[in-house]
Amino acid sequence: MSAPANLFGNLRTLTPSRVGVATADGTAPTRSVLDFQQAYALARDAIHEPLDAAGIARAVAPLPSRLVRSQTPDRGTYLRRPDLGRRLHAECLIDLPAIGCDVVFVVADGLSARAVEQHVAPVLKLAVERLEGWSVGPVVIASQARVAIGDEIGACLGAEFCVVLIGERPGLSVSDSLGVYITRKPAIGRMDSDRNCISNIHANGGLSHAQAAAKIAWLLKQARKIGQTGVTLKDEMVEGVIEHGAV
Amino acid sequence: MATYRASAGGQSYRFSGLSSLLAAASPRRSGDELASLAAQSDTERVAARYALADLPLASFLAENVVPYETDEVTRLIADTHDAEAFAPFSTMTVGGFRDWLLSFEADAHTLKAGARGFTPEMIAAVSKLMRNQDLIAVSRKCTVISTFRNTLGLQGRLGTRLQPNHPTDDLKGIAVAILDGLLNGAGDAVIGINPATDNMQNSARLIGMLDELRQAYRMPTQSCVLTHVTNTIRLIEMGAPVDLVFQSVAGSQTANEGFGINLSILKEAQEAALSLGRGTVGNDVMYFETGQGAALSANAHHGVDQQTMEARAYAVARHFQPLLVNTVVGFIGPEYLYDGKQIIRAGLEDLFCGKLLGLPMGCDACYTNHSEADQDDIDTLITLLTVAGVNFIITVPGSDDVMLSYQSASFEDLTFLRKNLGVRPAPEFETWLLEMDLIRLSGGRALPNYPRDRMLGMVDAVGLAS
Repeated sequence: MSAPANLFGNLRTLTPSRVGVATADGTAPTRSVLDFQQAYALARDAIHEPLDAAGIARAVAPLPSRLVRSQTPDRGTYLRRPDLGRRLHAECLIDLPAIGCDVVFVVADGLSARAVEQHVAPVLKLAVERLEGWSVGPVVIASQARVAIGDEIGACLGAEFCVVLIGERPGLSVSDSLGVYITRKPAIGRMDSDRNCISNIHANGGLSHAQAAAKIAWLLKQARKIGQTGVTLKDEMVEGVIEHGAV
Repeated sequence: MATYRASAGGQSYRFSGLSSLLAAASPRRSGDELASLAAQSDTERVAARYALADLPLASFLAENVVPYETDEVTRLIADTHDAEAFAPFSTMTVGGFRDWLLSFEADAHTLKAGARGFTPEMIAAVSKLMRNQDLIAVSRKCTVISTFRNTLGLQGRLGTRLQPNHPTDDLKGIAVAILDGLLNGAGDAVIGINPATDNMQNSARLIGMLDELRQAYRMPTQSCVLTHVTNTIRLIEMGAPVDLVFQSVAGSQTANEGFGINLSILKEAQEAALSLGRGTVGNDVMYFETGQGAALSANAHHGVDQQTMEARAYAVARHFQPLLVNTVVGFIGPEYLYDGKQIIRAGLEDLFCGKLLGLPMGCDACYTNHSEADQDDIDTLITLLTVAGVNFIITVPGSDDVMLSYQSASFEDLTFLRKNLGVRPAPEFETWLLEMDLIRLSGGRALPNYPRDRMLGMVDAVGLAS
């Protein structure tokens, strides 16, 4: 009898998963239990880190940006009251006049400000480069925000498409994963089935910035062609079979 | 709408309508508080339970919590209700029903006979009068068997979904995780991948890979790529070797619309999968996932508490004769289930409601990192679920799902349950594991064997040898 822990040596490099943990008795050894607890502690702490919105604004320049916040007063409320995180604070409405544009990018902290700080600026830059001929609204940077805040923001600005870039909830292996949600004709009350999602944009075996940007542009162009986002817009991007790549 | 009255602690309370009575009687839950449906105090909660205990079960046939005219889930519940099966219970109150469920008279046979006579609302109601112990005791009495390439749900057996997710669906990365699971004897309920993207080619590639692996080892289990039901229909049309059709379902028509589905789409998918005739032992081809809070998160709860809405989702599931129904109990986050206590309670409620309604109920005992829960709570929940006779649990390498970013049970946890509670895999899968020398039976316990030569051979066969 030989423990999987011994067998898995080199195979571990093929996945970020915690494979081959068991000892010869089929139990988890002390070291792996403590490693797990350490990763858990780091993830828990990451959730509470605040977003440096001004820093994001500098990072996405020269694209113009607006800073807004949701109706959530603090992180504790944010976790318990998703409804407040989906709505703009009333005082922010004045910063979002109905200018009309093809697409607005909304940056939301979600559950990982770290993900936003690590990935938003490069993904945004590469995505905008691929959208030649599209009018792009100001980047709206939203604190204590959930995905659906993009519906209200997109509606205020009169955008045809809203692309929300949001920090996904931290896991044990990755605490800086970025997710993207694309919605046509954003308006309060849109359902999840109206959106297309791209998840797992991060450096630990996730989607690279270039891959994410290409997929955003592909989905936007396809959505414009068929006049829809959501479950009717199928991701049939040929390069869509993702390769295992670093960011 | 009827008004219900009860007093507790010298104070009287009134509840207008079944929905508000059910919500007030529900154990404390952050989702019901979010929806402003929860009892305002513990005293009000217990008053609601007194009122609920005296309510005739038949009341739930007279008043719908979600309107019949506008909701196809309500219509499904009402139109498929079996009055004959309900007859023995027609004069019981909810409190009397609890007492009956705990009595000797309620056994595997009588519970099965009653299943089609129970509505989700009745079962949700009685669960609110039950302690965790009661939920466990009654769940344990229910046997629900489902079959595809093996037999799931037999007494003394615990199935597992082997969940080998990878952040970019890398085939080798997934193969390593599958290998880990098989070495620990997991995977009889299903080897099921949540794909990182909904790209069609990608899903086709994953389904192909799972099928090749299964065939190479003649594994008596089934595979699934958990993509949207409409994608699976298209994959079947493309000729992909689809064993099971997956879909998340919820307890109202509008919540299901939020998932992009309705009953006729599910029917179409079921028929498509059945037409492939891939089952060998049986032909239960549907795999559903649910979870308390799903309806509220789509703002489609109709003023009904989340536990009752969850039970209504089971009415959707049972219409399609599923192989697997999985309540992903802590996945949705602290706004619905705040902490370990709420997650554990909800897991037991879901198992109880699902089994009483006749479903092959499994549970993903899990939590996200923004909930007030940790691995200790999962230890507690999987132990309780196993005692309660859950059909299957979810297992991921090292408890850490690196794609979905949440924690569930691990393969080592499965060994813990087999070692300490004596549960064994599905019989066909167990025979295969023994033939492969992957497990040994020691004092009736199925324990991992870790045969070095076999393991190296498998590494080779799944294309991982360097």
